[in-house]
Amino acid sequence: MKSFPQILLAGVDPSDPDNWRLKNYEKREGYLALKTILREKTSPDEVLEEVKKSALRGRGGAGFPTGLKWSFMPKQYEGEKYIVCNSDEGEPGTFKDRDIMQHNPHILIEGMLIAAYTMGVKTGYNYIHGEIWKTYERMEEAVEEARAAGYLGDHILGSSFSFQLHNHHGYGAYICGEETALLESIEGKKGQPRFKPPFPANYGLYGKPTTINNTETFASVPWILRNGGEQYLQIGKPNNGGTKIFSVSGHVNNPGNFEIPLGTPFAELLEMAGGMRGGKKLKGCIPGGSSMPVLPGDVMMKTDMDYDSIAKAGSMLGSGAVIIMDETTCMVKALERLSYFYYEESCGQCTPCREGTGWLYRIINRIENGKGREEDLDLLDNIADNIQGRTICALGDAAAMPVRAMIQHFRDEFAYHIEHKKCMV
Amino acid sequence: MLSIESLKKIDREIAKYPVDQKQSAVMSALAIAQDEKGWLANETMDFVADYLDMPPIAVYEVATFYNMYNLEPTGQYKITVCTNLPCALSGGNDAAAYLKERLGIGFNQTTVDGKFTLREGECMGACGDAPVLLVNNKRMCSFMSNEMVDKLLEELSK
Ligand SMILES: NC(=O)C1=CN([C@@H]2O[C@H](COP(=O)(O)OP(=O)(O)OC[C@H]3O[C@@H](n4cnc5c(N)ncnc54)[C@H](O)[C@@H]3O)[C@@H](O)[C@H]2O)C=CC1
Ligand SMILES: Cc1cc2nc3c(=O)[nH]c(=O)nc-3n(C[C@H](O)[C@H](O)[C@H](O)COP(=O)(O)O)c2cc1C
Ligand code: SF4
Ligand code: FES
Repeated sequence: MKSFPQILLAGVDPSDPDNWRLKNYEKREGYLALKTILREKTSPDEVLEEVKKSALRGRGGAGFPTGLKWSFMPKQYEGEKYIVCNSDEGEPGTFKDRDIMQHNPHILIEGMLIAAYTMGVKTGYNYIHGEIWKTYERMEEAVEEARAAGYLGDHILGSSFSFQLHNHHGYGAYICGEETALLESIEGKKGQPRFKPPFPANYGLYGKPTTINNTETFASVPWILRNGGEQYLQIGKPNNGGTKIFSVSGHVNNPGNFEIPLGTPFAELLEMAGGMRGGKKLKGCIPGGSSMPVLPGDVMMKTDMDYDSIAKAGSMLGSGAVIIMDETTCMVKALERLSYFYYEESCGQCTPCREGTGWLYRIINRIENGKGREEDLDLLDNIADNIQGRTICALGDAAAMPVRAMIQHFRDEFAYHIEHKKCMV
Repeated sequence: MLSIESLKKIDREIAKYPVDQKQSAVMSALAIAQDEKGWLANETMDFVADYLDMPPIAVYEVATFYNMYNLEPTGQYKITVCTNLPCALSGGNDAAAYLKERLGIGFNQTTVDGKFTLREGECMGACGDAPVLLVNNKRMCSFMSNEMVDKLLEELSK
C-alpha cells in the first residue's frame, strides 16, 4: 500500500497517558495553523477558500461540502452566531469521534477555533454522546488546558479574536445526533428535530445563525490550513478529499478505527482489520453505519472506500462505520435488531416514522420467530416506501433503507424463514 | 434539596450558557441530581425546575425523553449492556445472557438484595470494544467476556 499521512490520529499514542495533553499536541505542530492565521492576519475569506479547495465533506454522514456550508453563515450579522460540534456519535457501528476526543482532543479545539475565526463566531458548543462519560471529562479537561494557555477566551494569543468553547453532554437519545434535534437538546428541551429549511445557518441555536459540523470534520481543518487544501485533496480523490477514519466492527480479527485515504479499496481496509474472524467468508457488509443499505460481500470486495464509489455500489459511506458480517450471520435476526433500534429511538413526531418503525419491527420480529406470512416481504417494502421521504428528519429513511436493502439482497433467506419457520444458517 | 456540592456543579453548568438561557443546563442538572439521589423523584425534578426557572412539566419532559435518567429507584448498580447489532456480532448477547444468569434477573429487573439492576442499552459508540456495558451511566467496561463479568460483579459485590 502507498504511504499516506495520518491527519486525525497522527502521533497519537493511547498507551501514553499524557500523549493527549496540550504540550504534546503542540509538539506535533498543534495550534500552528491557528497561530499562523492570527500572526499573518489571514483573512476569513482566504481560510474559507482553502477549506473549499480541500473538498472536505461532512464526516457526520451526509457528506455535505464543508466549505460551502460555512459560506452560508451571514457575514454582516449583528448579534451572536454559534458553531456547534456534533459529537453525539450514536449510529450503531460508529466509534471514531470518541477516539479523536479521547486521544487527540486539542485537534478538535483547534479546528473549531479556525472555524469560528472564519465565520466570525464567538461561542461554540461541543455536544457529546452521554454514554462516553470519560470522554466528556477528557474534553472538559482539554478545554481548561486550552483556556489556561490562551487558546480559548478573550483576545486569543493577544489578537482581536475571541472564542469561548463549552462541552454539553447528551443523556441517551440517538435522535439528538440529528442536527436540529441536537440544537433543541442544547436549548434544554426534548430532542425533537425541526423542519428544514430553514437550515441552521439561518435559524439555529437560540434562533441565531449556527453552523454544525461533525467532530471529525472540524478535526480535519488544522491540517488543511497547515498544508493547503490542494494537498488534502491530493490524498483522496477528486470530490473526496483527504483521509477518513473507518470504524470496523463485527466479524473481523482486529476491530477498531483505521484512518485511510478516501478511495482505498475495501479489501485493504479489511486486511488492516485483521481479516475475517476464523477465516470465514464475508457475507454482507454495512459500509456506513446501521442506517445505510447493506451490500453483499462480493460487491463490497470490489468497492473503494469513498463517497462516490460506495454510492455507485448501491449504499452510502455515511459515518464510516463498517459492519462486517460473515456467513454464519442470520440476516433476519440482524435486521430485527436494527429495526428494534429505530422503533425504540423514533422521537414520535411524525406518524409515518412513529407508526411505521413499529410495524417494521413487529413484522420482522414475527418472521424471525417463525410466524411470518407469505405476504410479509411485500408488506415490508410497502411500509418502507411509505416512510421514506415523508418525515421531518432522516431517521425515517434510516429505518426504511436497511429493510429494503436486506430484502433486496437476501430475499431467499427471508423467504426461507417464512416458509420453513427456521433459520437457513 | 440538593447538596452544596451538587449546586456548585450545576452553577458551573449554568455559566456555560447565555444568561437568559438557564434552561440549557437542565440535562446536566438532572444528571447531577441523579448522581446524588440515585433517581429522579418528582420533588427532585421540581427542585431542579425551580432552580432553573423552568415550569416543572418542561423538566419532566426532558427527564422522560432521555433514557439514561432513572425515573424510579434502581439497584445500587445499574448495569446497561449493549445488544445492538455491531456488539451482538461480537458477543453482546452472550454478555447479556451471562449477566442474567449470574444475577438471576431479566432486563429491567432488580436483584432482591437491591444491589443490581439490569438494562438493555443501545449503541454506546464503543462497538470495537464489544461486549460493552455501562455501570451507573458513567463507567464503561469493555471486552466483557464471562471472566471479565465475573471480575466486575465480584468487585461491585464487595
Ligand atoms: N455519525 C452518526 O452517528 C450518525 C450519522 N448519521 C448520518 O446522518 C445523515 C443524515 O444527516 P442530515 O443532517 O439529515 O442530512 P442533510 O443532507 O439534511 O444535511 C447535511 C448537512 O448539510 C446541511 N445542508 C444540506 N442541505 C443544505 C442546504 N440546501 N442549505 C444549507 N445547508 C444544507 C445541513 O444543515 C447539514 O448540516 C445520514 O446520511 C447518516 O449517515 C445518521 C445517524 C447517526
Ligand atoms: C437520526 C440522525 C442521527 C444523526 N446522528 C449524527 C451524529 O451522531 N453525529 C453527526 O455528526 N451527525 C449525525 N447526523 C447528521 C447531522 O444531522 C448533520 O448532518 C451533521 O452533524 C453535519 O455535520 P457534517 O456536515 O460535518 O457531517 C445524524 C442525522 C440523523 C438523521
Ligand atoms: S422522522 Fe422519526 S425521528 Fe425524525 S422527526 Fe419524524 S418521528 Fe422524529
Ligand atoms: S453497538 Fe454496542 S457500542 Fe455500538
